[in-house]
Amino acid sequence: MPRKPQLICPAGSLPALKAAVDRGADAVYVGFKNATNARNFAGLNFTDQQLAEGIAYAHRHGREILIAINTYAQAGRVAEWRKSVDRAAEIGADAVILADFGLLSYAYQTHPQLRRHLSVQGSATNFAAINMAHECFGVSRAVLPRVLTLPQVEYVIKNTPVEIEVFGFGSLCVMAEGRCILSSYATGQSPNTHGVCSPAGFVRWEPEGQRMRTRLNDILIDQFEAGEPAGYPTLCKGRFEVEGDTYYALEEPTSLNTLSILPELIKIGVSAIKVEGRQRSPAYTAEVTATLRAAIDAAGDAHYSVKPAWQDALTKVSEGHQQTLGAYSRPWR
Amino acid sequence: MQLTLGPNLYFWPRQQVLDFYADVASWPVADVYLGEVVCSRRHEVKTADWLALGTDLAQAGKRVIYSTQALLESASDLMGLKRLVEAGGLIEVNDLGAVEIARKAGVRFVAGATLNIYNGPALDWFAAQGATRWVPPLEASRETVAAILAEKTCTIDTEVFAHGHLPLAFSARCFAARHYNLKKDDCQFKCLEHPDGMLVDTREGQHFLRINGIQTQSAACHSLYDDLPQLAAAGIGYLRISPQATHCRAVVDAFAARLANASASTDLAALHPQGLVNGYWHGKAGIATQVS
Repeated sequence: MPRKPQLICPAGSLPALKAAVDRGADAVYVGFKNATNARNFAGLNFTDQQLAEGIAYAHRHGREILIAINTYAQAGRVAEWRKSVDRAAEIGADAVILADFGLLSYAYQTHPQLRRHLSVQGSATNFAAINMAHECFGVSRAVLPRVLTLPQVEYVIKNTPVEIEVFGFGSLCVMAEGRCILSSYATGQSPNTHGVCSPAGFVRWEPEGQRMRTRLNDILIDQFEAGEPAGYPTLCKGRFEVEGDTYYALEEPTSLNTLSILPELIKIGVSAIKVEGRQRSPAYTAEVTATLRAAIDAAGDAHYSVKPAWQDALTKVSEGHQQTLGAYSRPWR
Repeated sequence: MQLTLGPNLYFWPRQQVLDFYADVASWPVADVYLGEVVCSRRHEVKTADWLALGTDLAQAGKRVIYSTQALLESASDLMGLKRLVEAGGLIEVNDLGAVEIARKAGVRFVAGATLNIYNGPALDWFAAQGATRWVPPLEASRETVAAILAEKTCTIDTEVFAHGHLPLAFSARCFAARHYNLKKDDCQFKCLEHPDGMLVDTREGQHFLRINGIQTQSAACHSLYDDLPQLAAAGIGYLRISPQATHCRAVVDAFAARLANASASTDLAALHPQGLVNGYWHGKAGIATQVS
């Protein structure tokens, strides 16, 4: 019987961290207030003191804190990233989540006792890449980019000693994480370099009568007619014109939701299920954590089915109120 | 500095590919990258054909480098790569899994732009695995590349993506199939109808992106042509020109002429109706254009 996977929940603040612990997360992932963090948004994230308090709180409840240092160290400033790894070790984090191979090498040599997870930003989509990170840096867990089908995830699990963590819920990157620079093409800032995608500082909401236009660094990403809810202009989720058709050329605004396939994820041996959304509110973290906790606990039952109440709870917090199984089921395959 | 011809990112009919490379044999490029890097469903030209083309180009005096798929997902993707590595010759790796296969085989390689090398220690690590040349991330500026080179301790050649539509993102999903409401596994090879990809325009008619199967590119052409005179001083050894269906020879000739004589000047803008950009190299948004 496969082990029940850990539930890994996001926190961009101390109240969100506590909410995740209270509602049943096995581990909470967080980041520092600096460029080492792929959710480096104003008003988010943790000071050292807040983090120390959060770690104490989690440990008191028998849960873990994982620190994401998951942007790429920028040349000339490598010391900032190394210092963040040092701080994570000093402060008693249970693991660091890293993407940069230079930084993985540093962490392995300097803090061998500090567990290392390969971030989704590390963009390892196959067992060869993951086994290399295991052999070279002692990586014990890898987070898979959201590009693989269920059989492909299973194939990875069968061919690696590394624990595999997959995304279970949250906003969906349609591109392979770590291999998308659309954001810097439009704005100069990307997840790899600045820890941001379609950054808020470049967003303009431009009302015109009943119509709302959304721009990113002046580029028109979408426009919404009266009565249409206007969404944030994440640039891969805008409506564009291709050969005379105007549509969501790359992806609809939608959230990943794996409630219906949790038994399969458990069966193929996934070690951890991750919730996206460190940029979201403590209320989001609480709602999603409680729902996923209940669902994962029930998913081992032969008669498992998705409860309408769970579905309702997740729909309320989904992007564009739409959900998909993403690459796992590949309806577009 | 020497010119290289990057791997063809598009899907062309077999005869067009063969004709293109027959012509390339006489172009002023030192290195030619061959192979399919975007989509595992593209089989107009098979591995054996690529190897035969490589033999022909080597006889014409080109150094041939086999470039490998950028997003390795399936068992067959990994097997295909292994075959290429075992065939010998130089390879370009564009996926971490390919690094693992190359280093285990003891093969030297070019570390491609999607390996995310943003600092000296990372570059040193890839060099230790067998990289003899690297391509900085496309979003890296002149200053960033200089900072990485200043920070590294290894000996390695540097090649920059100097001209072409920028490959900006890779996905499991095929956006060409999506456009035609087809499933990826039954895509009817629609990419064959778009030798330079499909333009994605904003609703104000701004040319923004370009769909190339699972890859999303810039609509505009990134070009360091205007920056050529300063590039040699930046420690760059190789300049990559990315193949395009039209005017490719003219672009290569223009770069070669300018390398030979800094005062040579060709109006490349006239050959690129969706515009020229160079923002990344100047530390700005990639879509920006900075006039030197």
